[in-house]
Amino acid sequence: MSVHTISILVENHSGALSRISGLFSSRGYNITSLTVAETDDPTVSRMTIVVDGEEEILEQIVKQLNRLIDVIKVIDFEAEPLIEREMVLLRVDSSNANRHEIVELGSIFSARIVGVAPSSMTLEMTGTKSSINDFITMLKPYGIKEIVRSGTIAIAQSRK
Amino acid sequence: MRKTGAQIVIDALIQEEVEVVFGYPGGVVIPIFDVLYDTKELKFVLTRHEQAAAHAADGYSRASGKVGVCLVTSGPGATNIMTGLATAYLDSIPMVAITGQVASSLLGTDAFQEADIVGISRPITKHNFLVKSIQELPVLMKQAFHIARTGRPGPVLIDIPVDISRAVLDGYQYPETVSIRSYKPNLHGHPRQIQRAAEAIAAAKKPLLFTGGGIIHAGAHKELLEFAQKTNMPVTTTLMGLGGFPGEHPLFLGMPGMHGAKAANYAIQECDLMVSIGARFDDRVTGFVAKFAPNASIIHMDVDPAAISKIIKVDIPVVGDAKNILIELNKVVKERAADSWNEKVMKWKGDRLFHYTDSQDVIKPQAVIEAVFRETSGNAIICTEVGQHQMWTAQYFKFNRPRQLLTSGGLGTMGFGMPAAMGAALSNPGVPVVDIAGDGSIQMNIQELATLSINRIPVKICILNNSYLGMVRQWQELFHNRRYSSTCLRGGYVCKDCTGTECKRKYIPDFVALAQSYGVAAFRAEKVADVQQVIRDALAVDGPALMEFVVTPEENVFPMVPAGKPLDEILEG
Repeated sequence: MSVHTISILVENHSGALSRISGLFSSRGYNITSLTVAETDDPTVSRMTIVVDGEEEILEQIVKQLNRLIDVIKVIDFEAEPLIEREMVLLRVDSSNANRHEIVELGSIFSARIVGVAPSSMTLEMTGTKSSINDFITMLKPYGIKEIVRSGTIAIAQSRK
Repeated sequence: MRKTGAQIVIDALIQEEVEVVFGYPGGVVIPIFDVLYDTKELKFVLTRHEQAAAHAADGYSRASGKVGVCLVTSGPGATNIMTGLATAYLDSIPMVAITGQVASSLLGTDAFQEADIVGISRPITKHNFLVKSIQELPVLMKQAFHIARTGRPGPVLIDIPVDISRAVLDGYQYPETVSIRSYKPNLHGHPRQIQRAAEAIAAAKKPLLFTGGGIIHAGAHKELLEFAQKTNMPVTTTLMGLGGFPGEHPLFLGMPGMHGAKAANYAIQECDLMVSIGARFDDRVTGFVAKFAPNASIIHMDVDPAAISKIIKVDIPVVGDAKNILIELNKVVKERAADSWNEKVMKWKGDRLFHYTDSQDVIKPQAVIEAVFRETSGNAIICTEVGQHQMWTAQYFKFNRPRQLLTSGGLGTMGFGMPAAMGAALSNPGVPVVDIAGDGSIQMNIQELATLSINRIPVKICILNNSYLGMVRQWQELFHNRRYSSTCLRGGYVCKDCTGTECKRKYIPDFVALAQSYGVAAFRAEKVADVQQVIRDALAVDGPALMEFVVTPEENVFPMVPAGKPLDEILEG
């Protein structure tokens, strides 16, 4: 099994997402994360899919993605260096006693404080998947109320 | 020009040179049928079930190479064509299906006769569209035909809400050209890859040609023949490829796979180079994949890049249209003389590809198929349903030209043959069309006898009645200790004391009486001596006819490679 990050440029149509996700679900593959947004051209969307699966089957799925009429371009980042980012929003229990500690911890991870309430704080952090995992681990002892992760987006390190 | 959506749909069909549309009306397509009422440029054939309309459009396409078209209503009308779409999709048949949809304002509300048809059909079409405005209707019609017939062909569905059929567009013009930025099939094989293929062929000691439906779709049969004769490579074709290479050619080894010829399967297992063109290595062909062609390097030529290395790891891929590739390959490939490899393969082949023991006491199904071949001088277009009769047809009828065999290879759809034969007969006037059927399959779309009769479509139906769902029964006999669970069509349930041939239960229905009630001439043969006359009588009818042959009930299809076994582990009768 291996993890692939696949970036897809696709016509901004209804049905395109379902066509793409169908190629994974018909193999019984679960998508780890999926982000979609319009590109600078509003008729085109970009999807970034992270999926875990057998190498050969993923290669096959990439070929089948290319075959879809709505798909303009597929980049499988397997073979090239990429920059990956994910964003997390999380709300953690806090009180006057430990608020300062949490702020300090946040600054180590370059997180931003986006909300403060008497018994909780909301933080925003952007980073790689593993740095986000580390951040969550560090905050766990304070009591995490809610975590919202964006899923990964990725860009090639240099244009080929 | 000012036109309604319904008028645009019909005008698009005329512009695309569609000659026949198969279908069935219903609430939300009434505006389109209203336009058809005055349309003289194309013929509409009303089937008796939407599934048959889809298969008929498919058969029309398979027999002619043109895009087949069906037109049905929303909800149940559209869900009824899904089997037809999946059948066409798995065999890469160009088709356009037009479905009516509830009004745009009602979409997603569980309206009367509403179903999410683009959702349901998404995995079984090459592409589909829900039309959202009348402005986009002309270009989507154009795109539907373009996508269906280019690259690796396939069915395209276009779902048209009724308000769009009723809407009016000013300044309508059917687009002359079409361009889809994300769809540019690669049709020309890379010259370097073609060169590499030619070099590999020159170096091979035991080369084998393995071709599929891609030869027929591309119209590459002449180029294939030239290539095979130049290189003297033995040729095996898949079920879908039958007719792409002449069935009576000395280099022909028959089809490979589960019920393939021994010569073809042995050649696959021993060849050192397999040149595959337009075939997709279906599991019914490969058997146990890890032991498929174990000694061979594989050259795979296919128009669909996703077919390459999908099942079998390919050494030299060439992506492109089979005809274009073969034209280029024929220029560079070296001539090869027949050698000891050819001799060995021809020894496997012997004097004939398939064998059965004929009988004077009972009608053998294989003998009926050979008789149909003789009595039509091998010229008929043959459609089949699915099961034992389909395999016997593939084995014993010699298909000498492309588009002569219409069979559901990928999906294996029972009930395909008779409606497909309607389409074939309408696209090939004057050519005899025979649907070879089992007594099980024919009942899945038996209502189409009405369509045949009313339209006087000259299809000859040949039922091989063994009173069983024979292929499943064969598996039960071979692998389940003769426990004939729900495969006998006399009992309809499990008779624990079944003795097979001595069953005195009446067979239902009486096919001859049934056909006659539809106004279709019908003939029955119960004795070997009657077989030839029944075929002659049916062929002599001006219009449709049905033949029923009461054949020996427990005949099996051999040779057989059990599912999941390598191709050289062959069971023989």
